[in-house]
Amino acid sequence: MYKILKKKELAANIYLMDVEAKRVAKSCQPGQFVIVRMDEEGERIPLTICDYDRSAGTVTIVFQTVGAGTKMMAQLNEGDAFHDFVGPLGCASELVNEDKESLKSKKILFVAGGVGAAPVYPQVKWLHENGVDADVIVGSKTKDLLILEKEMEAVAGNLYVTTDDGSYGRSGMVTQTIKDLVAEGKQYDVCIAIGPMIMMKFVCVLTKELGLPTIVSLNPIMVDGTGMCGACRVTVDGKVKFACVDGPEFDGHAVNFDEAMRRQQMYKTQEGRAMLALEEGDSHHGGCGNC
Amino acid sequence: MDVLKKVPVREQDAKKRATNFEEVCLGYNKEEAMEEAARCINCKNAQCIKGCPVAINIPGFIEQVKNGDVEAAYQVISESSALPAVCGRVCPQESQCEGKCIRGIKGEPISIGKLERFVADWARENEIKPEGAKEKKGKKVAVIGSGPAGLTCAGDLAKMGYDVTIFEALHEPGGVLVYGIPEFRLPKVDVVAKEIENVKSLGVKIETNVVIGKSTTIDELMDEEGFAAVFIGSGAGLPKFMGIPGENANGVFSANEYLTRSNLMKAFDESSNTPIMRGKKVAVVGGGNVAMDAARTALRLGAEVHIVYRRSEEELPARVEEVHHAKEEGIIFDLLTNPTEILSDEKGWVTGMKCIRMELGAPDESGRRRPVEIPDSEFTMEVDTVIMSLGTSPNPLISSTTQGLDTNKWKCIVADEANGKTTKEGVYAGGDAVTGAATVILAMGAGKAAAKGIDEYLSGK
Repeated sequence: MYKILKKKELAANIYLMDVEAKRVAKSCQPGQFVIVRMDEEGERIPLTICDYDRSAGTVTIVFQTVGAGTKMMAQLNEGDAFHDFVGPLGCASELVNEDKESLKSKKILFVAGGVGAAPVYPQVKWLHENGVDADVIVGSKTKDLLILEKEMEAVAGNLYVTTDDGSYGRSGMVTQTIKDLVAEGKQYDVCIAIGPMIMMKFVCVLTKELGLPTIVSLNPIMVDGTGMCGACRVTVDGKVKFACVDGPEFDGHAVNFDEAMRRQQMYKTQEGRAMLALEEGDSHHGGCGNC
Repeated sequence: MDVLKKVPVREQDAKKRATNFEEVCLGYNKEEAMEEAARCINCKNAQCIKGCPVAINIPGFIEQVKNGDVEAAYQVISESSALPAVCGRVCPQESQCEGKCIRGIKGEPISIGKLERFVADWARENEIKPEGAKEKKGKKVAVIGSGPAGLTCAGDLAKMGYDVTIFEALHEPGGVLVYGIPEFRLPKVDVVAKEIENVKSLGVKIETNVVIGKSTTIDELMDEEGFAAVFIGSGAGLPKFMGIPGENANGVFSANEYLTRSNLMKAFDESSNTPIMRGKKVAVVGGGNVAMDAARTALRLGAEVHIVYRRSEEELPARVEEVHHAKEEGIIFDLLTNPTEILSDEKGWVTGMKCIRMELGAPDESGRRRPVEIPDSEFTMEVDTVIMSLGTSPNPLISSTTQGLDTNKWKCIVADEANGKTTKEGVYAGGDAVTGAATVILAMGAGKAAAKGIDEYLSGK
């Protein structure tokens, strides 16, 4: 069992948890993820690693309640435990393995959308600890959904916050901020974009035009997360890749986003049904037209 | 009684079982088992033992069944096998022990598999456990993977007195026995979990949720956690796809994914939290045991199911019994047929599969006649789900993170067949990680050989 030592609601329906998982905490790197199961009957839910404390043996996860599984998970409290917590899975961010000196000469731009701020944070923090200050754009639908602003501010070079509705920081999508920064004369060698698939797609369309190499982190459907099931396959540069062992980071300009987004919809009907059943409990017996 | 014929085994009716996930074969009762055992002529130079990858003393245990002493029979089997209830169900006996049975020359061979199953089931129902080690050796061995190879290796080492810990990547131990082979062929709670309990009762510890190569490495296990030797039984790996257009359409799955959802995550049960596609018309591409398992699972989930295989029935790699059961249940075999493209609608969902008819030409390097396309024989099969069951390629997680562990040109771990020895000192390997996808019993044989190899290595230290 993997005990929850801390729980915090970062924004409406977005939760942070520190979980005791010694092996994961000892070996994880920025860019990797975990798979959790809340109880014996739970589904396997992949989540990105937001932070880790090697000496305390804890791993920080951040998740948004999107389906029945994450909604039930949000009901867990400090002192409760996950039945399973496996990882770290996937490859570490490429930055981690790069030569530290050449890294220092690089101008790096991170683009985080929504809960994507969680997986971006450990990368920016790692760079900061290694003497590299990267610029970070954090985008959110609205002010109330913005997460990790203070934490990010502490480790980023320049932090640019933008909200779709203009309720806080800059106004508009993250792509607008990228355009603005470039127009201001900022130059970057590489961009790392993590967020909803649709955001990553449009960031990549823009950065391709700008000639800015872009890395994205994909979150497709997964079952085992160790290279066994092939559910997470994505097409990158015309070739089939498994996000769990070859990724989750890929060259954003080579990813077939339309296919990836389509594949994410695979179980939407079943997920919708599960959500209705959870919300309505015994009162839900079908025939509503939504299930 | 006709001594030339096997005592028939009771099975669930084909029509009934096509709609449930309960076990197909019901097994022998004691009377039937004793009657079948009486057919054994107890050959001096028993060929059946030579056909068994773990060399069970087959005439020895059958003799005990004949006498009605099932507990004694169980202890004979336990000397060689840690998983008799599994093997009695899933071994390809026709090409191993039963294939060599002298009785089989003139009539039907002894039903060794069904007898083994009877003995194991009887022992479980009567709570007979295998005997553990009398003395401890005080040395730690790590076993990676809790499938048939790992469980066998761990069980044997524990019996020798070693302190064994199994590391399993998934949340439940059992490997392919749990995620791969369906409930109707191998019940999980009654059979698999109990056999694993038996291995644990020998003193073996199992740590789940540890991905070797990620959570920790073999080098760390040996240098920091004090393991004197390591056995790698990590299994097959990444599913293969055909590389034809449309393969990433919604509704195309690997057999591994489909079976893992149904078996490990229990998605066949409506109350499971894990979803599975319940197609109306399903094509399973491939002809092995895994293809049969996927097809029969889809059938039970309510689909019309077609097995699409490019060679003829004779070349089907699946066990004869599985093909027979599949046919009885109503699986349609489209043989000498090869998919060329998967078609989908504007939203990307599968609507059909373009196929071409094949015929058999000259034998290829595998000795099987090579299938060649018949010109202008393309046709479209209307399906909403396609399951690719084409085998697997090795998982690089361990080989890429272990210093000095060599792999061959197929990226399988190089290990000596006789003792499991790899190119790295103290590290042994066996099962699908070494051979590529094979059978449960071959993996067990490799686990057994490696346990012996590890014992020799550690005894010499």
